[in-house]
Amino acid sequence: MILNNLEVENPVLSIKDLSVAYDKNAKNAVNAVSAEVKRNAITAIMGPSGCGKSTLLRAINRMHDLYPAIVTEGNIFLNGENINKISTIELRRKIGMVFQRPNPFPTMSIYDNVIAGYKLNGIRLKKEKRDHIVEESLKDVVLWDEVKDSLYKKGTFLSGGQQQRLCIARALAFQPDVILLDEPTSALDPVATSKVEDLLVKLKKKYSIVLVTHNMTQAARISDNSMFMYLGDLVEYGKTKSMFTTPQDQRTEEYLTGKFG
Amino acid sequence: MNLNVIANPTGNIKSRIRKDKIYLGIIIVLSLITISPIILIISKLIIKGIRQINLSFFTETAPDTLEAMTALSNNEIIPGGILNGITGTIFMVLMASLMAIPVGILIGIFLYEKGEKRYANIIRDISDIMQGIPSIVLGLIAYLWIVKNITNGFSALAGSVSLAIMMLPLIIRSTEETLKMIPQTIKEAGFALGAPYHKIILKVLIPSSLSGLITGILLAISRILGETAPLMLTALGSPVVNFYADKPTSAVPLLIWEFYNDPNMVDLIWSSSLFLMGFVLTLNIISKRIAAKRK
Ligand SMILES: Nc1ncnc2c1ncn2[C@@H]1O[C@H](COP(=O)(O)OP(=O)(O)OP(=O)(O)O)[C@@H](O)[C@H]1O
Ligand SMILES: [Mg+2]
Repeated sequence: MILNNLEVENPVLSIKDLSVAYDKNAKNAVNAVSAEVKRNAITAIMGPSGCGKSTLLRAINRMHDLYPAIVTEGNIFLNGENINKISTIELRRKIGMVFQRPNPFPTMSIYDNVIAGYKLNGIRLKKEKRDHIVEESLKDVVLWDEVKDSLYKKGTFLSGGQQQRLCIARALAFQPDVILLDEPTSALDPVATSKVEDLLVKLKKKYSIVLVTHNMTQAARISDNSMFMYLGDLVEYGKTKSMFTTPQDQRTEEYLTGKFG
Repeated sequence: MNLNVIANPTGNIKSRIRKDKIYLGIIIVLSLITISPIILIISKLIIKGIRQINLSFFTETAPDTLEAMTALSNNEIIPGGILNGITGTIFMVLMASLMAIPVGILIGIFLYEKGEKRYANIIRDISDIMQGIPSIVLGLIAYLWIVKNITNGFSALAGSVSLAIMMLPLIIRSTEETLKMIPQTIKEAGFALGAPYHKIILKVLIPSSLSGLITGILLAISRILGETAPLMLTALGSPVVNFYADKPTSAVPLLIWEFYNDPNMVDLIWSSSLFLMGFVLTLNIISKRIAAKRK
């Protein structure tokens, strides 16, 4: 039974009966999940390791299409439009993704990393336009002051936290509707983590954010709504505050009180 | 547990130190055995060959046997050089590279992408088998294809084709291996930005593996630089500098073989070998440097 006590008006994403299996004989890593994701809010996906958080997240920008063995069923709608009807190229421009480990392109400068989305899509921009996008995106992730004098150095010279913010800037440069983040702070120290968290709270004014996190306090600190997954099922979905104070499902409660996970 | 260890720790340490010393001794002896051939070769080449290496060695073509004989009887150094060999080697290696590098890199990318698919495995096996074909057989094949049918005579082109076939599997392998070393997440980062596939290959994968690709190419070149057998059946050799693809062409290893067969020119064997060896070693060192930088 799924306790889905969340009414979302005009959702940015609606997930309908989504199941994903890593091959046709494997059991579902994500099992018949339905949920609506609120616009301009942070939605956290929580749950113990292996419960399918990353798998669910990667279904949203059709990352699974890269691996032919993976079987996806059900539908996801972005602003009411079925994502299977949109080309992956266009879809991934509207839905940015940030990975668990910072992964700036190792051969590109900081500048080129930020506009990599344009470069890799063969979109030519005037120099002023490019400069403007780079500056705005880096300011959005509060990295501008730290790197403005070394824009042409390799992105891999930055610290882990700076690299992760650079990767967020890279995802923002395209002005997507949604940003998907898969445990973006798990490789970062507390200071860098809190910078990224502050940033996400700031960014939700412009973007809708879906955040996978292992870290319950992080979800409690910054998310508006939370999903709790267990063994591929979406067990509970609700406002973060009420989920943390009065969890409806026993498994959610056990997880939140540290009994497992 | 051995009680001795606790009862008599110093005794145990002493015997360990002794063992360490014995192992160290064995390792030193084995290393000396390993490097002694290369030291012997290089010193021999330098002692016997350095005398012949001067400016004209690089600017003049190989002497004929009469010139060499006259010089020998007057107790002078043999005149002339190996310019026809050097230019021939460069010319044929360049042509071979132009054929083998693009094709090899493309096939390498294909194998990397198709991974464990059956036809990819077949291609991988074929490439491994190609690497094992004796070079003289490749020479014969180039002879049949090119010398007999295309250039109607011995030619630089035929030589290059036999060398290109030797390079191909090396480049395929090194391309695939280097690409495999790029983390999957870098590739996914590209896809997550909505980039089309060919752009990811061109702008992400190839640049990230550039130093590996260059290392592989340099190693493949240094592997074919000294090849003699296939060239005997294809390029044949030439007393003059030649840059026509359809004409016979000399090469440094071919010259060494010719000098070897001419009692008057024996001295030139050493200088030419020294040159070839130096060239190959330099390429090897450069590629090792590039590879080390990457790590
Ligand atoms: N590439 C893969 N191939 C096969 N099975 C996979 C693959 N990736 C994940 N799985 C399986 O799918 C299930 C869900 O994995 P997923 O990575 O989505 O979990 P997660 O909630 O993100 O875990 P974590 O918190 O450890 O990142 C797991 O049982 C896992 O073993
Ligand atoms: Mg995960």
